[in-house]
Amino acid sequence: MWRSVTFMPEAPQKIRIQVEVNGKPYAREVEPRQLLVEFLREDLDLTGTHIGCDTTYCGACTVLMNGAAVKSCTVFAVQADEAEITTVEGLEKDGELHPIQKAFGDCYGLQCGYCTPGLMLSTLQLLTHHPQPDERQIRKAIAGNTCRCTGYQNIFKAIETAAARMRGSSHGD
Amino acid sequence: MYPPAFAYHRAGSLKEAVTMLSQLGEGAKLLAGGQSLIPLMKLRFANPLHLIDLNFIGGASFIREENGGLHFGALARHAEIEKSAVAAKIPILRDCAAGIADVQVRNRGTIGGSLAEADPSGDWAAVLMALMSEVRCLGTAGERTLPLTSFVKDAYTTALAHDEMVSEVIVKTPPANSGGAYLAFKRSAPVYPTASAAVQLTMDGNICKEIAIVLGCVGLTPVRAKEAEAALRGQSITAAAMASAADASRAAADPQTDMRGSAEYKRQLVGALVKRAMEMALRRARGENVEVSHIYA
Repeated sequence: MWRSVTFMPEAPQKIRIQVEVNGKPYAREVEPRQLLVEFLREDLDLTGTHIGCDTTYCGACTVLMNGAAVKSCTVFAVQADEAEITTVEGLEKDGELHPIQKAFGDCYGLQCGYCTPGLMLSTLQLLTHHPQPDERQIRKAIAGNTCRCTGYQNIFKAIETAAARMRGSSHGD
Repeated sequence: MYPPAFAYHRAGSLKEAVTMLSQLGEGAKLLAGGQSLIPLMKLRFANPLHLIDLNFIGGASFIREENGGLHFGALARHAEIEKSAVAAKIPILRDCAAGIADVQVRNRGTIGGSLAEADPSGDWAAVLMALMSEVRCLGTAGERTLPLTSFVKDAYTTALAHDEMVSEVIVKTPPANSGGAYLAFKRSAPVYPTASAAVQLTMDGNICKEIAIVLGCVGLTPVRAKEAEAALRGQSITAAAMASAADASRAAADPQTDMRGSAEYKRQLVGALVKRAMEMALRRARGENVEVSHIYA
C-alpha cells in the first residue's frame, strides 16, 4: 500500500509488552513501530547492542531472542512480547567475563569493537548447538556479522578458543 | 531508523488474520518473518497503515510428511527447514533453506512470506517451481490450492487476493532415482543472489526420464528453461548434452543490468550454475551424498 502522506495518529498506539532481558523481567509500553534495538538502547538503557547499517546487513545489532540470533533492527519491540532476550550485557556472570568475551580479548578478535557484541551473540548461538564447530561451521555462523577492521582471522581464533575453553579443555589456548 | 507509524494487530489464528485483512482493507499487510517487509518500511518503500502480526499464531510452522508429499506451514522458518530431518528427504530444499541470507535472517524469515513477497531475487520460488509445488491459499471465503506457477504472476505480484494469505506449501515427494540441487551465487552472505539455478531430475538407468530447470534472479519471475530441459529429457546425460542445456539456459535467461552485475555477466553466470547444479543433481539421483550450498566470498 503506497501513501503519500505519513499517517500519524494523534495519540500513538501504545502496546504493553512483557519481556525478559538477560534474566530480568520488564513490563513496558511501546509504540508498534519501535524496533527492538531502539527499545533495548533507549528504553532499557542497554547500549551494548549497536546499530550499524540499520538495513539488516551488518549484524552489529544481533541479540538472542528465545535462544535464536536475530538482527534486532529488523524485529519490532512489540514482537518480543513474552520473549527472552540476551544481549551482550547478559554474557558476564557475577563480575566474571563470559569465556566468549575473554577469548575475543585474548585473541585480539576485535579492533574498533563496534561489531563485537553482535559477533559474540552469534558465537553464543553457534556454541550452544555446536560445542566443537569446524571452520566451515564457524564461517557460516558469523556470515551475517560484518567486521571492517580485523579481516576475521582473529575472530575465528577467538571462537575456536572460546569453544575449547567452554568444553573444559585447554586446546586452543 | 523508524518506519512510519502503523496500527498493530496480533492474529490468534490464520482465519483471524484473513478476517482482519478483509476488515482493515487495502492498507493492511501481514507481518510474517519481517526480514523484507521491515527494511522496506524503514526505507519508505512499503507504508502499511495496519500490520497484522502472524508470529503469535501457534501451529502454523509445521513441517510434516503426508500423502506422498511434504507439507510446510506458511510460518515454517528457513532455519527450521534447514534443520528438519523431514525436509532433508528432498535435498534441494535444504540447499535452499541453509543458504538464504545469514543465520539471523534464517531464524526469522518464513517460506510463506518469501513466496507471498515474490521478490524476483528470492530463493524459494525457483526451488519450489522445480519441484512442481503447490501453494494453499486461505481467504475469508475458504481455501484454494494453486500450482506455484499460477501463484507467481509477476515481480512482487501473486495470485493472492487482498484478503487471502499463503497457509501451506505442498511439495510432492519425487519418485525413486531422483535428485535435485540448488545453487545460488551471491557477493556476500546477507545479500540476494546475483543468479541461481534449481535442477530436479529423475533417472532411468543412464537416461534422464524427467527434468526441471528453473533459473532465479534473471527475470521478473523464476524462469523455467524449457528448451534446456528438452535437450536432456529422454537422453543420456553426456557432457555434450549438459553443455547444450547450459547454452539453452543462458538463452532463456532475461536478466537486467544492476549493481549485482551486467545482464551479460548474469547470463554467463546462470549457465555455469545450471551446469554445476545438473552435475550435483545427477550424483544425488545416483545415491551419492553431496553437500551443496550458496556460493559467496
